[in-house]
Amino acid sequence: MALLEIKNLRAGIDGKEILKGLDLAVNPGEVHAIMGPNGSGKSTLAYVLAGKQDYAPTQGEVRFDGVNLFDMEPDQRAARGLFLAFQYPLEIPGVATMTFLRTALNAQRKKRGEAELSTPEFLKKVRGLATTLGVDPDMLRRAVNVGFSGGEKKRNEILQMALLEPRLAVLDETDSGLDIDALKIVADGVNRLRGPGRSFIVITHYQRLLNYIVPDVVHVLSKGRIVKTGGKDLALELEARGYAEYQEEVAA
Amino acid sequence: MNAPADVTVIKTAAETALANAYTEARARLPGGDAIAAQRAAAFDLFAKEGLPHRRVEEWKYTDLRALMREAKPLASPPDAAAKARARTAGQMLGDVETRRIVFVDGAFVPELSDTAVLERGLTVGSLAAALADRDPLLTAHLGKLAPGSDVAVALNTALMGDGAVIRVGAGSTIERPLHLILVASEQPAASFVRSLVVVEAGARVMLIESHEGPPGSDYQVNAALEMIVGDGAHVDHVKIIGEGAAALHVSTLAAAIGAKARFNTFTFTIGGAVVRNQLFLNFNGEDTVAGIRGATLINGHQHADTTLVVSHVARSCQSREVFKSVLDGEAHGVFQGRIIVNPGAQQTDAKMMTRALLLSERAEADNKPELEIFADDVQCGHGATAGALDRDLKFYLMARGIPEAEAEALLIQAFLGEAIEGIEHAGLREALMDCVAGWVKARA
Repeated sequence: MALLEIKNLRAGIDGKEILKGLDLAVNPGEVHAIMGPNGSGKSTLAYVLAGKQDYAPTQGEVRFDGVNLFDMEPDQRAARGLFLAFQYPLEIPGVATMTFLRTALNAQRKKRGEAELSTPEFLKKVRGLATTLGVDPDMLRRAVNVGFSGGEKKRNEILQMALLEPRLAVLDETDSGLDIDALKIVADGVNRLRGPGRSFIVITHYQRLLNYIVPDVVHVLSKGRIVKTGGKDLALELEARGYAEYQEEVAA
Repeated sequence: MNAPADVTVIKTAAETALANAYTEARARLPGGDAIAAQRAAAFDLFAKEGLPHRRVEEWKYTDLRALMREAKPLASPPDAAAKARARTAGQMLGDVETRRIVFVDGAFVPELSDTAVLERGLTVGSLAAALADRDPLLTAHLGKLAPGSDVAVALNTALMGDGAVIRVGAGSTIERPLHLILVASEQPAASFVRSLVVVEAGARVMLIESHEGPPGSDYQVNAALEMIVGDGAHVDHVKIIGEGAAALHVSTLAAAIGAKARFNTFTFTIGGAVVRNQLFLNFNGEDTVAGIRGATLINGHQHADTTLVVSHVARSCQSREVFKSVLDGEAHGVFQGRIIVNPGAQQTDAKMMTRALLLSERAEADNKPELEIFADDVQCGHGATAGALDRDLKFYLMARGIPEAEAEALLIQAFLGEAIEGIEHAGLREALMDCVAGWVKARA
């Protein structure tokens, strides 16, 4: 059974339909890349899956782990194993990163009926991940993302993902704003988490990230629908030829 | 206002009761002839003006005449049971070690207070005793700092029964914070507490005032504190207004601050049905640095008003004003902040920020910042905001698995944290953050 199954999803914001009948199935352990031009609905898909307010589905069905996704609040989706790495991670003044991480992890564990991690266990885990991901331990003491560079914010997202160990991670343009070194670190972080029990949806505009996170399946999203699906070579093809033909295809 | 002196405008039941209370009590209120004359002059102001109401600009948002339906009788001296209950007061400070100075219904209770053995340079006494003894400290300072035109202060002067008189000698550092614990007993009465604190040059002290009482009693508190901060002194003042849910609380801090001093004051308002917190701060000496902050957390039908008047008289002082309030239910928060930069106060650096977080559609925040600048070489600014919780931040937290109530709690704590972090004492900072956490939890 697919971990995520999207059928004929229509959704939008402020009464404007952006996703216009999207179908997608992601099996456990698979990495899917979703590529598409600006405005094709990539970020809308990410927000609808995570449950952002105002991004309302109007039609269709999404089942995650066999359950209707839209029956769950964002925190319930997270506890069930859905993770969204934000394209623009938010700054939360006054909330220390450590407090944030611990509250998130323990809230998820509690909801799953697992014991909370003790402070030493938690600290050990976070510090270990921070070292692997090249996150300065000093950042963990500061307020969430406040004063972080763009690259630091993205690395912080991957740190959260590694800590929370989701079953499906949606990476929304995680490569944007990253230099090549940061990109490699982020990709390493993702690759380390790859395994039979974990799936990824990698949303990106450019093929570059897919050199480092090699996908099993590549989809082209255009005007709110998936218009082509192929193997990893499809990404290279898009890089060489651009999105123009797909945009026209839909228009025609 | 222009009524002739012989025309009485007293009319509400509360005003009549206050006048009767004064007439009946004045012969037995403590103090000699000079104090009696001071009381009489203050009472005359009240008799002329009546309780402040919405047409008095300073009281526009807190119409005391309407909010104060009746005036409670002056509190009787506390009995043994009331004193016994007061033993556990002041717990909102957690395990912060303080020197306890306890007042029950406005009367000093020596047997609950830790004033027998004091550090060198520190004297602590009761106002009633100081008035009876004609203490020269009172003659020199009492009534000199609080604005004579404010009716709430005038009522306090007319009816003051007891309070603390504290002196910190020149150059003394008092390590242990002084804690004025003001507790109301079950009697639905009124207390008029007046305190005087003189911190001499180069001295250092932390003074905490906490106000509390039973939730079911509609008692009334009018507390005024006059403070003199000497040159080079360092004073941290924290007031915690944790009155019972039905209480009416009016309190005033009036301070004259000298040169090269450090002065921090923080007001934490969490209790009371109607609260008016007034600060009148005069910076009379140059090169002083001040932090003037506050946090308010109210819900239900609570009304809390912070009215601040900062007057920069001397040059080159820096003041930072940060006031934050969280309003839920149908609560009404008021902030009026006026910074006056007098002609001689060149190079003043004053910045005021007030922010209200509205958790409910029916809560109301009124922010009125004012700058009056009469000097030409200054840096002054103010900002005021009012808004709801940031939905995008809430979504970010929830997307990480944090339930809605917990996400809101984190954001509320972070919002107030910016003001509370200004408190230098770590233990007290934590104790207040715990109070915030408790409030947020009770809300959910």
